[in-house]
Amino acid sequence: MHLSPDEIVFWQHGVFKLNATLLFTWAIMLALALGAKLGTRRLVADLQCSRWQNALEIIVLGISRQIETIGLPHPEKYRSFLGTLFLFVAACALCTVLPGYEPPTSSLSTTTALALCVFAAVPFFAIREEGVLRYLKTFVEPTPILLPFNVISELSRTLALAVRLFGNMMSGAMILAILISITPFLFPIVMTVLGLLTGLVQAYIFAILAAVYIAAATRARHGSAPATTRLDHG
Amino acid sequence: MDSITFTAIASIVTAGLTTGVGCIGPALGEGRSVATAMTALAQQPDAATSITRTLFVGLAMIESTAIYCFVVSMILIFANPFWNHLTEAAAGK
Repeated sequence: MHLSPDEIVFWQHGVFKLNATLLFTWAIMLALALGAKLGTRRLVADLQCSRWQNALEIIVLGISRQIETIGLPHPEKYRSFLGTLFLFVAACALCTVLPGYEPPTSSLSTTTALALCVFAAVPFFAIREEGVLRYLKTFVEPTPILLPFNVISELSRTLALAVRLFGNMMSGAMILAILISITPFLFPIVMTVLGLLTGLVQAYIFAILAAVYIAAATRARHGSAPATTRLDHG
Repeated sequence: MDSITFTAIASIVTAGLTTGVGCIGPALGEGRSVATAMTALAQQPDAATSITRTLFVGLAMIESTAIYCFVVSMILIFANPFWNHLTEAAAGK
């Protein structure tokens, strides 16, 4: 039994290892990029449009609407980043129905990379929106005594983001492996269905939390923040 | 009792205790939140979509505390650094 797909090595040359995490990440990246490219080949602004265009419009508009409900007024600025996060994590979870596949998100390296992207994106969007000084000022609010705690919370929520996704995806695979050795036939199927649900909810949460962090950092000048920012401490 | 046996016993017992004790809090929390969501749904069926969405997000966040405990137990059982260090030291002798 292994803890992460990092340990399955397909090919090795010197220090460079091609493990299952890398391979499946590339496969999903290729599938998502090709799907988006092929789906947007013939775009029309007509009522009659192709099935692919309809499907992609539903996805993109849905993501925009979700970002707007979090409290980011211009979703098109953040859609490319947050939408890609959501689609990648969701695709990683959904592909678990394929035999022989291990979700790349059940490796701590992938989830850490995604969490670091969020960690870097928060100041990026905040500085683009508010300027450096205004962003730095959010660290000394409400009082300068809270400065170390604000810095710690910035770091600890990145860690929590990475470990949450990793733990959820890894535990799904692990429970499946344990159940197959105990009750081989019916129960693993039920757990796979539950794993699909958990994976999608985790993808949603990952994107929503990233949006909440960005919203909390960019909205400093608008005064009071809505209740959604209270999700910070999970 | 040598140190390898002691580490093995401590790791196994702690792994069980971590998941066992660590699941109590999230279980109580999830029970409370589901019960409250049911009450809210019964009072305001119109707000079902937003209640359900918030409930799912909240449940997954509560659940992640249990998942942290699970990760710690899994590390203790399958990727224990102390055990690896001791077995490597024993093999090197």
